Amino acid sequence: MIPAGTAVGRSVVRPDLAAKLSGAAVYGADLPVAGVLHVKLLRSVVAHARIAAVDPAAALEVPGVVAVVTAADLVDLDATWGHYVRDRPIFADGVVRFAGEIVAAVAAETEEAAAAAVTTIEVEYDELPALLDVAAAAAPGAARVHDRAPRPGFACPPGTELGMDNAFYHHGLQHERVAEVDEAGAVVVQHEYIFPAVYQYAMEPHVVVASWEPDGISVHSSCQHPFLVRQELATVFGLPLERVRVRVPFVGGGFGSKSYTKMEPVAVAVARAVGRPVRLVNRVEDAMVTTRRHGMRCRMRTAVRPDGRFVSRQAWIWMDTGAYADNGPTVTMVAGMAAVGPYRWDRVDIDAACVYTHLPPSGSYRGFGAAHLQWVGESQVDEVAALLGIDRLELRLRNLLDRGETLIPGQRPLDADLAGDLREVAKRLDWGGALPAWRGRGISVGVSPAGVSARSAARVELRPDGRVMVLVGSQEIGQGARTVHAQIAAEVLGLGMERVVVLPTDTDHTPYDRSTGASRSTTVAGLAVQRASERLRTALLAAAAEHGGVPVDELTLRDGRISTGKRSWDIAELAAAGPIGADGDASELTGAGPALFWEVCVAGAEVSVDPETGLVEVPRVVTVADVGRAVNPSLVERQDEGCTLQVIGNAFFEEMRFSEDGVLLNDSLLDYRVPTLTDVPAEMICVIVENGDGPGPFGAKGCGEGVFGGLTAALVSAVTDAGVPVRELPMSPDRVWRWIQQTTSDTAPG
Amino acid sequence: MGPGVREPTTTVTVNGARLVANLDARVTLLDALRDRFGLTGTKKGCDQGTCGSCTVLVDGRRVLSCLTLFAQCDGRQVTTIEGLADHPLRAAFIKHDAFQCGYCTPGQIVSAAALIREGRAGRDEDIREYMSGNLCRCGAYPRILAAIREVASGAHA
Repeated sequence: MIPAGTAVGRSVVRPDLAAKLSGAAVYGADLPVAGVLHVKLLRSVVAHARIAAVDPAAALEVPGVVAVVTAADLVDLDATWGHYVRDRPIFADGVVRFAGEIVAAVAAETEEAAAAAVTTIEVEYDELPALLDVAAAAAPGAARVHDRAPRPGFACPPGTELGMDNAFYHHGLQHERVAEVDEAGAVVVQHEYIFPAVYQYAMEPHVVVASWEPDGISVHSSCQHPFLVRQELATVFGLPLERVRVRVPFVGGGFGSKSYTKMEPVAVAVARAVGRPVRLVNRVEDAMVTTRRHGMRCRMRTAVRPDGRFVSRQAWIWMDTGAYADNGPTVTMVAGMAAVGPYRWDRVDIDAACVYTHLPPSGSYRGFGAAHLQWVGESQVDEVAALLGIDRLELRLRNLLDRGETLIPGQRPLDADLAGDLREVAKRLDWGGALPAWRGRGISVGVSPAGVSARSAARVELRPDGRVMVLVGSQEIGQGARTVHAQIAAEVLGLGMERVVVLPTDTDHTPYDRSTGASRSTTVAGLAVQRASERLRTALLAAAAEHGGVPVDELTLRDGRISTGKRSWDIAELAAAGPIGADGDASELTGAGPALFWEVCVAGAEVSVDPETGLVEVPRVVTVADVGRAVNPSLVERQDEGCTLQVIGNAFFEEMRFSEDGVLLNDSLLDYRVPTLTDVPAEMICVIVENGDGPGPFGAKGCGEGVFGGLTAALVSAVTDAGVPVRELPMSPDRVWRWIQQTTSDTAPG
Repeated sequence: MGPGVREPTTTVTVNGARLVANLDARVTLLDALRDRFGLTGTKKGCDQGTCGSCTVLVDGRRVLSCLTLFAQCDGRQVTTIEGLADHPLRAAFIKHDAFQCGYCTPGQIVSAAALIREGRAGRDEDIREYMSGNLCRCGAYPRILAAIREVASGAHA
């Protein structure tokens, strides 16, 4: 551990907790609603159809209803959106491509009137065949979900190839460390794997309050990426950026479900049509068809020499992005990278495809890519270890990359001590100790590209009342971003935390920040806060030198006071005539590729399988938060703890189920079960590793997502170690029981 | 409101204050509290009675306010998170870092307060079981358990 500073390195209590308990913290749905119209959406009940007719007459008769809005009201606009591929109509325009697609909106004086009216709209569908299986959709000759050539969205990297097939985007990784790779005599494992569609489930549903005003669009949204929402709305509605204002209140969880743009275009479209402010609040069944995690199919092959040296890895990956791309290509890219594994391969050959189907769209969810692929690759490492009779830990340690080695050519070299992390996990799991029957241990190691973009800026201002205001565009979604940024400013400026206030985002005033995701708030936005604070410190000392008539190098700044040794005064005096501010950014992080740093995904688990029922219990998990420097150790632990609970759900029971017609069957939290207090592992160990090797402030690097890759894989490893091979998630009791029967019959004598 | 929708006169005591309103008979207790009376501490989560975010007490019993009609509460006593301003659970939740995004927290605290008063928070197994209707996707469960355990045992005093 690195010694704590005055603020950084301490588990300070988050300043916003008290407000969240009293009701004083304002979330999107808490904004005043006087004069606001309430919006309810009519969604398609079929997966693929031509819309023959929409009849809103009955809805317009419902008292309190002001308008029914459809694609017909937007004919003067190019009303399609999508940051990566501009493929998504605001309202279905002639065709619906998934069950849940928005067909019409009702705006009414009350929520009750809107809800009553929306069910009376009559829609006539001419049903069409639906492609619901990712492999069928990707097959040659399959019908196309979109018949037009894909248009790149505003955030599509220049030069990206987007094809006409349903598999419209590929991320390929082909490289050889040695020429003439020799697989002779190698042990080879090859299987197919399945990962289900799952749902992020932020407790707070998406909320948008939107108005169309003479000078532009004003939106309050529960979003993670307000600056990208601004850009999307400006693009779709044909306005300059400066005429779109996005404000973000407290956000009740995101986990990726509120990344990029979601409900904002339809809310603005309704506000524009009715000429009044509107409020749109999703319900769970809306949220589940708004965004989800990609389902996946994968074929992987791993070859290893008899002496345990890794030779080659190949993988073919199909990511089901649903009817619209959303962030699918990025998820696909990261999935491809995660398939490699942080090992010294002679040859790597990966093809990851992003595939359209007639299912609801998929986007970002915590740990994407690593959650999909790390367990696949690591289970092959385990299988090879068993075939060669080499301990699983030992086999990994022999082949792991060292710090500074190349994982993927053109990307940042490995910047972590993975072997050290893995040994730490093994120690906490009593690796090598005997276990009773039907119990198993698992370990896993991986990394995932994080940070994604250096585009974060911040402004730090000393106000006349002596407080320091931090303007930074990372969203407080529960992870503690505002606390961490306050700690960084307090540390640099020599202030007590109580004098630092981190303001909520208003795109009219807050400096640009690309996004709250990819574990970048501490590392990237935090670096911008650090640089701005350093400049403010320099400015304050210079002002004080002039004020006191003493050289700068004779001044100290501590506890909010500037001192010459003989006398001291509060920094507030410097701002008596007006605020003193400074700007900073994270541009120094600019480098190749999406990995500004590699987020470490190392974890271990112990499980117990009940062979009678297939139920798996988890007595112990070990996670490693290899964070470079823990700005707030308690928040780091909370991230690992919270991610552990989500992994328990994803690994053992969460799964979106669709009917054979493509309609979501389990669209409530009774049928889509998420973890409760009864699902907490008996022992949860979080090891914080501080090697000071992150590119962020004080050597920090991000955390909070790595557990998704690491622990999912460790649980698969542990269940396999208990005697049940796993090639499909979730490891639900019915599946585990069937796998046990198969394994038993496979090995039965005779 | 137009014809056909009744607007019964409903009198409810909320956190000790008597409130009288004529609202559309379809208005839920949750929407009445939040949108009509400005008590936004109670959160709307799933809006289908499955997440526990909207938990309030009606005559001391835990109810899901999204599934309760306002008109059903005529003559009853309603307690929300705002009415538990001095409850030791609030300090315990902060001390134990028992929430992240905070959206489920008012429901967790209201639920836990009833649990403790009902004498069902004596053992960890009971807390786990009786709190299992209050979801927390941030996964603060271990800390929620610690906070409730501390208050239930009187150790906070």
